Amino acid sequence: MKFGIVTFPGSNCDYDAYHAVVDALGEEAAYLWHKSHDLEGADVVILPGGFSYGDYLRAGAIARFSPIMREVVAHAERGAPVLAICNGFQIACEAGLLPGALLRNQELKFSCQVVRLRVENTPSLFTGGYQAGQILRIPIAHGEGRFAADDATLDALDDAGRVAFRYVDASGDTTAAANPNGSARNIAGITSERGNVLGMMPHPERAVDPLLGSVDGLALFQSALARVGA
Amino acid sequence: MSRYRVAIHIVPRRGLLDPQGKAVAGALHSLGFSGVRDVHVGRHVVIETEAESADAADRRAREMCERLLANPVTEDFEIAGVSEG
Repeated sequence: MKFGIVTFPGSNCDYDAYHAVVDALGEEAAYLWHKSHDLEGADVVILPGGFSYGDYLRAGAIARFSPIMREVVAHAERGAPVLAICNGFQIACEAGLLPGALLRNQELKFSCQVVRLRVENTPSLFTGGYQAGQILRIPIAHGEGRFAADDATLDALDDAGRVAFRYVDASGDTTAAANPNGSARNIAGITSERGNVLGMMPHPERAVDPLLGSVDGLALFQSALARVGA
Repeated sequence: MSRYRVAIHIVPRRGLLDPQGKAVAGALHSLGFSGVRDVHVGRHVVIETEAESADAADRRAREMCERLLANPVTEDFEIAGVSEG
């Protein structure tokens, strides 16, 4: 299976995503420059973390107009997988691939720590390898990760089982203290209506090796592999 | 075609948590500005553009806000002024 990892000016987690896919998962990957119009046959597109366009205007606001985004949106509309991590999640929301927006963290601080996530939705393309309710340890590193949407949108996400991950404490409860950025309903990741686009602020690609302190992110990539095929 | 300067205010939507505004309000209170009820911190954008008329410049600026400058999910915008030159 081939992963296409988009590099925007200011992306800085593209190499981490490459390492996760090639070294940890053992699959093929290619970097896709943002000015290209070619996904190079990628089965799965990754929008990686970073600070595309210096976060000017709003995080992700300018990257969504990069030439390759037209192909990424078409890829998603065909029902093909897109994994949008951190800045990638912000870009996916700006591009309308996912609802809502990511705002400045409630405490106004860049937050870099390992958090606990509860797996909420297991049928999705990227979460099939997890058990419902399973608690993962995955790092976050962001200043604008507070997921916001109006109540009707949040209800629709909940009702359709489109919340993939929530921030929880060690007992698996969605407390305010376990919420690192003030996200609505402790939401850490959501999927598109068809389940093929996953946006999440935490970094699964940084949790694929015991040396990094957690391997809980690996199953996310394995889920896509199992679903899309080798 | 004439040249116009369009001033645009973009602010967080009312009702949404605005921690930056809250922090500034707290600082103003500590300076003794006790009458301050609420603060909203946004962006001020000035566009210099060619347009056929002031109305046309205003319309184009609104379109720019809707498509790029403001996030329709979380922000409101207003055209603060259009001036020639």
